[in-house]
Formats: sequence, structure tokens, C-alpha cells
Amino acid sequence: MNNYPAIVVIAPLLGALFAGITAWVEDRFTYPIALTALGIACAAAVADLCIVLTHGPIQYKMAGWAPPMGIEYRIDALNAMVLVLVTAIAFLNLVASFRNVQQETPDRTGAFYVMYLLFVVGLTGVVSTGDLFNLYVLIEITSLSSYTMIALGDKDRGALASLNYVFIGVIGASFYLLGVGYIYIKTGTLNMAEVATMMPALKESSAILVAFILCILGVFIKMALFPVHVWLPNAYSYAPVGFARIVAPLMTKVMVYAMVRLMITVFGLDYIFNTLDLAEGVVWMATIAILAGGVMALSQKNLKKMLTYIIVCEIGYMVGGAWLGNTLGLTGAILHIVNDALMTFALFLCVGNMVYRLGRVDISDLSGLFGKMPWTMAGFVLAAFSIVGVPPTCGFFSKWYLILGAFEAGAYHFAGALLISSLICAVLFFKVFEVCFFEPMSEGHGHGHAAVTMEEAPVSSLAVLAVVSVSLIVVGVYSGTIVDTVILPFLK
Amino acid sequence: MELITSIKPLLAVLVSLLVIPVLVSSGSKPNVRESWTFIAGTIKFLIVASMLPAVLGGNQVGLTLFKIAPGADIALRVDALGMLFALVASSLYLITSMYSIGYMRGLNEHGQTRFVSFFALAISATIGAAFSANLLTLYLFYEILSLATYPLVTHHQDAKSKISGRRYLTFILGTSIGLVLPAMIWCYHITGTLEFTGGGIFTNEMARPQALVLLLMFVFGFAKAGIMPFHSWLPAAMVAPTPVSALLHAVAVVKVGVFSIVRVITGIFGIEFLAWMDLGVVVAGIASVTILVSSAIALSQDEFKRRLAYSTIGQLSYIVLGAALLSPKGVTGGMLHIAMHAFGKITLFFCAGAIFVATGKKYLSQMVGIGYRMPVTMTAFFIGSLSIIGLPPTGGFISKWYLVLGTLEGDQMVMLFVLLTSSLLNAAYFMPVFYKAFFCTRQEAMFERKVDEAPMMCVIPLVITALISFVLFFVPQPFLDLAALAVKGFIGG
Repeated sequence: MNNYPAIVVIAPLLGALFAGITAWVEDRFTYPIALTALGIACAAAVADLCIVLTHGPIQYKMAGWAPPMGIEYRIDALNAMVLVLVTAIAFLNLVASFRNVQQETPDRTGAFYVMYLLFVVGLTGVVSTGDLFNLYVLIEITSLSSYTMIALGDKDRGALASLNYVFIGVIGASFYLLGVGYIYIKTGTLNMAEVATMMPALKESSAILVAFILCILGVFIKMALFPVHVWLPNAYSYAPVGFARIVAPLMTKVMVYAMVRLMITVFGLDYIFNTLDLAEGVVWMATIAILAGGVMALSQKNLKKMLTYIIVCEIGYMVGGAWLGNTLGLTGAILHIVNDALMTFALFLCVGNMVYRLGRVDISDLSGLFGKMPWTMAGFVLAAFSIVGVPPTCGFFSKWYLILGAFEAGAYHFAGALLISSLICAVLFFKVFEVCFFEPMSEGHGHGHAAVTMEEAPVSSLAVLAVVSVSLIVVGVYSGTIVDTVILPFLK
Repeated sequence: MELITSIKPLLAVLVSLLVIPVLVSSGSKPNVRESWTFIAGTIKFLIVASMLPAVLGGNQVGLTLFKIAPGADIALRVDALGMLFALVASSLYLITSMYSIGYMRGLNEHGQTRFVSFFALAISATIGAAFSANLLTLYLFYEILSLATYPLVTHHQDAKSKISGRRYLTFILGTSIGLVLPAMIWCYHITGTLEFTGGGIFTNEMARPQALVLLLMFVFGFAKAGIMPFHSWLPAAMVAPTPVSALLHAVAVVKVGVFSIVRVITGIFGIEFLAWMDLGVVVAGIASVTILVSSAIALSQDEFKRRLAYSTIGQLSYIVLGAALLSPKGVTGGMLHIAMHAFGKITLFFCAGAIFVATGKKYLSQMVGIGYRMPVTMTAFFIGSLSIIGLPPTGGFISKWYLVLGTLEGDQMVMLFVLLTSSLLNAAYFMPVFYKAFFCTRQEAMFERKVDEAPMMCVIPLVITALISFVLFFVPQPFLDLAALAVKGFIGG
């Protein structure tokens, strides 16, 4: 038996420990430690994926303890893929954000990297674990580290945004924990696979129904599904940029993953769609979330805020897709976990670059940016088109599956919301492009104006942006392969 | 008929895409940059032309790039219709590149590197659309073309182009995302494929209302075709520099719109299916209204390029009308008109641009007596407008001839009436321009009687395209053969 599943989580954990100790001595040493730890985690995640794709799912018993006493990590095609996504983005962001961290939290870089690693521990743990209670613990590790990080951000409003997040986050976690409690009472186990085997006998149990609703509500709060999204925009836009770049693409997506895991592995699709009668309501909620997120994004004057509302909108895509009750919708939702993580990461990378040069990113501050930061803007344009859903960027292909799933389920309102949100996103981003493209020019023909001097972001950040931008297209055109090799085998 | 697997179609698409980094890096040396444009353009044209014999031999050339879902790959396939369009676009791209040099340098425009780069991207997407093997691929290139054209339309970066850019995006992107995308996914949901097939992909079990809704979603959704009421982006887009108006808004962009409609009518619905459902007449009706209304509006336009724009809107609907006649001659005429109108209309735009470069005049009322100052340009204008009206000895006559035969073949006298009325209207809005250019008293003339043409780089291209329009009357073979071949594939006779 190999130990890759454990290494993915343990490497950042040990990294955090070492980094925490060295930070007492010298802040500078924490960065290489963090980089090494995440490099190892990323390599282990890739190894996991290769093994899973060739040999099938891995069952890993932590410290050799068998379930139900021990904690089991179960890596199948879905979480192997999400693990690669999480660790790769965490690693790449670390490379990209070195300068941003120095600029924003110069006296606390050590603390930053320690919390950053703990955050990744939480995320990778949530994705790997096959144990319901362990899932709770890891969600809380993720959340606690993000509370800290967000409080490190904006001097005036960071702490308040963080406090807000703490209140709502704790409520969400309590819901989930309560649900797990009910499951434990009825089944006597916390292992996901074992719960699943007992589910057919418990279909009629009202305790299980309550457990299901509580768990899902808890996850909804944590992923910021409208109308319980209120903590997200402030928390993400007042966080330090180096952290916003990772929390925005990953946190909500990992929670969507947790929802999919609960639905498919624990409660089972048969229970959710045939026994319960909730799906239609949730798809409607998702539809409203998409439209509300889009409309709220329209009214934002700050680019970061606008993007956070787009995240609220995208959460609706994935929740709706997963609850359509057919393979196409689930395929779209899972594909969108990957795609949305990449698109959001690309967008926040660009925002980070802008913040690095401009200090603030109100949309009206961005004039002339195509001349000043052409590479950043190129990446931004590509990522924006992906959000809008222009082929061949990846955003188009998940939208394709989602709309197809909506047609198959007869959920035309959901399909309509997806299309409208594409149009809204087009408006949103072209509003930004217009400021960047037109503003410095005065009336008239535009001849002979002074050349704009280029002031780009650090090379490391641009290199990462280039990698991610290319991946938007590569993942897009190979989405057929992803669906065939990862998602469909998992859904079978 | 067999499918020859080859990467040539991909190369034809990629060549002007790959040259963009070179263009950008040689931005400070305009002559080097322009040479690269020509090299890439020539290679592109040669690759396209090299596939002509195979296509004329009744074969198709293609390859599958990426598998997305069963029946919906990203794949390229060159058939007769695609070849016809690609030939027109790639040959005119070369001529327009030459014209661009004269025009952009003549006016000392800013951002020329950006301009040529996005132009190259746009032509790449155009060829991609021409060679698309299925609706998904076509949609992909359609969207890329929409977005690549935006910086060209708004090139001047002033308030006016900002407003026009907004209108352009609202119409083009709004309809493609709002109508074509759901229609395409709906088609896939029903049939499980998006492949363009000779007889269409629908079966006769489909309900007529559903077919009608889908058809309308496509016809209006491909708003680049300028079907009313989604036409008003085109006059607005005339703020762009004239090479853009000439190549993109008379040939590439707008023809991708009608090309897409023709593709959907022939390859997705199928001629026989539409005839059986009796839906062709709906599209023909919509196209007829557009033809008549836009021609009437063109009469009252004083700005030269706006008049040309309204004329284009009408002429584009000829192509749609031809396909919607659902008769062999009509479809042939529609496809031929893609080529014939392209050469004629680009000549007229070149003339408008040449006059602007030479005199700075944009309005027709300021061009009285211009014939004495710019005789070559105005002679070319005359030939071009003959072709648009559809008079011999120009290529436009041939396509209009087939269109008229198509109406007779289908026994659709109303459409015949539309075509003839529109021809009269075309003559009514073009002939006065020519008449006032030459036939005026010395007092009325606004220009001195001294020949002073635009730069050579502007004049040579318009002479070439005017000559081609003329020659096409006598030698329409490559396009006529391709159209006939395509029709054989669609109707299977």
C-alpha cells in the first residue's frame, strides 16, 4: 500500500508546523518551507490520480486503524481530480503571490504562510476523507484558518468581515455537525461507505431525513448559496490578495465537492431523487441564486466585489446542476468545479496584479490598463470569456452539460437562468473592458496620443497567470476526455 | 464521395493565428510587419486553393481535433460550400491587407499593430467557420469572430465608437448566446448529434411548431446576417476604419452570418425536411421584408458607408432567400451570391475609403463632380454597383439570374417580385451617386477638374476587385461549380 493519500494532507500539515517554529526565528525561512510542502502535496496528488485512473479507487486507513474506529481516506476518480486541482492552485498561488504577501503583510509573512498551509490541510482533508465526522473537523480547520487570514486583510474592514464570517460559518458548521449526530444515532457509524450500505433500510426514517436536511443546509451555508451568501463578498474582498486568490477559487468549490460527496456517496441519488421531494425546490433556489448573484454583481463599483458576486452566481450553477437529478447535470456540476476553480483563480490572479500596481481596484481606477498591463489584461480577458462561456474556453463546456441536463430534466427555468447569467457576465466584463480600453483617450480620432508606459506585475505572477490561462483552453478542449475518464466512471 | 483526412484545413485556420505574435513583435517596423501579413495571407490562400481540386472532385477534406461529446466534436471538414466561402474570404483578405496599408498609413491611424493583429485573428476565425464540420465548431468560430471584431469596430477609441461597440456586442453576442446557444443545445438534446449532414439531422417525427421555433431561433440568432430587426449593429459598425467595413462588414463577418444560416438550413434541418414542413416560406418571407425595407432605407442615407451598409443588409438577405427557396437553382443562386456580392461590395467600400483618404469626405452630398478628380475610383464604383444591382457584364448578374430561376422553379411569384423590385431600388440608390460624380455643371462640381487619386495602395486593390467582378461574368466556373456541387450534396439529385 502506498502512502500518497496521507502525504497530500500531511505534507502541508508538517510544513505548517515547521514553518510555525521557524517563524519565531526568522520570517524569511517560512516561504521555502511552504513551497516545498505544497510541491510535495501536489506531486502526491498527481500520483494519486495516476493510480486511481489505472487501478481504481484507493482505500487508505489512517495509521492502520480499520473503520469504524479508524479514519478512512477513500480516493476515487472524483476526489483524486479535485485534489490535484486544490494542491496545484495552492502551489501556483504561492509562487504568484510572493510579492503581494510582502507588500500587504510585511511584518506577518510567517503567520501568513503558516495559516496558508493549514488552510490547504483543511481543503485537502475535506476532499480526501471518507469519514463524516472527520469531514466536520477538516471543514473547521479550513474555516478557522480563513477567519484568521481575512482578519489579516483590510485594516478597517478585514476584522469585521472576518467576524461576520465567523458567526455565519459557525452556524453552518453546527448544522452539519447536528446532522452527523443524527446519522450516528441511526447507523452507529461515521464512515461514509458504511452509512451508504445502511441507507436502503433507512429510507423511511424521519431522523435520516432531518440529518440529510441539516447536513445539506450546513454545506449550503459554507458554500454561500444565495440567500445565505452574505458573508462571502466582504470576506473575500477584504482578505489579503494573496489569500483571496486561493480562498475564492477553492473554498466554495470544495464545499460543492462535499455536497456532491454527501449526495452520491453517503445518502445516494436514489434516496434523494426518488424518496425525497426536494430536488425541484433546490433547483429553483439555484436559479434564484444565479440571477440574484448576477444582478448584485451588476451594481458593484469595485472589481473585487463584482467578482465575489460572480462566485455567488456560479455556486448556483453547480448546486442546480447537481440537483437536476440526471447524469448530464451532475457531469456539468462536477466539470464546473474544476472549470470554475480555474477561471476564478485566473481572475483573482489578475486582480492581485492590479492591486499590486494600483493599490485599489475600483472599476473607475482601471483606465488605460490595456496599455499599462497588457499581459495581465490578456489573461483577464480570457478568464472573463470563460466565465461568459465562450468556446473554446472551459466555461463553455460545463455550461453545455448543465444546459443539456436542464433540458433533459425539463428545468427550463434553470437553463434560462444560465443563459441570462452568461449575458449578464458579458455586460459586467465589457463594462470593465470599456473602462480599460476607452478611458485615457480623449474625444476625436485618437491620433498621436502619448504612449502609455508599461507597468506590469512581477514575472512570477505573470508566469503563473500564463499557465492558468493556457489551462483554461486546454481543460476546455479536453473536457470530453475529462468526462469520459473521470466523471462518468465515478457516476456509474 | 470520400473524406480525405488531412491537416490542411487546420493549417489554413492556424496560419494567421500563429503569425500574430510575429506581427506584435515587429510592431515597431511597419514594413516588416506588413510583409508578414502578406506572407501569412498568401500561405493561407494557397493552402485553401490547394484543397480545391479534391473538393471539385467530389471529396471532402477534414480532421477531428477534439472529442467533446458523442456527435459533437470540434472538427474541421472542407466541403463545396465551405470551400466557396473560404476562397472568397482568403483571396479578399490578401487584397484588403494591401488596401489597409494605403488606408491606415494614408490617414496616419494609431494602433496599427493592434489593428493588423485582430484582423488576422478575425480572418482565422472566418476560415474556421467556413471549414466547420458541425454546429458546435461553427458556434465556436462564430463567437471568436464576434469578439475579435470588437477592437476593430471600436478602433478609434472615442465616444462614438464606444457606443457603436456597445450596440455591436449587444446585438451580436446577445443573439448568439440568447438564441443560437439554446437552439444548438436543444438540437443536440433532440437528435444527439450536431454534424452537418446532407439531408439534415431531424426526422419527420418532429412537431412543426417545434421546428418552426428552432428555425427562427437560428435565423434571428445568427445576427451577423443582419436579418431585420437584428440589423442595426451593421450601420453602427461603420465607425470602424474602412478596411474593416470592407472585408469584415461586407465579406467575412456578415457572410459568416448568412453562411451559418445556410449551413443550418441545409445541414441541420435539411432542404427536404423544410420543404416537407413547408417552413422555407417563413424564412423567405422574413428575408424579403429585410430586402425591401433595407433597400428603401438605403435610398435616404447620405453617409456613403451607411448607404453601403443598408445595401449590404438587403443583399445578405438575398442569400438567405436563395437558401429558403429550397429549389436547386435558388440555393445555387444564394451560394453564388456569397461570392458575387463579396467582390462587388468590397469594391464599393474600397471606393468609399479611397475617397475619404483622398478628400476627407464622408457624405454623398459632398461628392458632386468627384468623378473628374478620381476617375479610376469612380469607374470601379460603377462596375461594383452594376454587380450589386445585378446587371451584365458583371458577376452579380449570374447569381441574380439563378435566384430568379429559383423563384420560377418553385413557382414563387411573390419572391420574384421582391427580387425585381429590389433590383430597381438598388439602381435607384447607386446610380445617382455615379451620375452626380460625372454629370454635373462646372458650377455644381465641388472638386477641381484635376486627377488626384488616393495612394496607389488604395487604388490598386479596388481596381483588382472591380476587374474580378467583371471577369466573374465570363468565368464564374470555380464558384458556380462549387455551388452546383454543394447543392447536389444537399438535395441529392
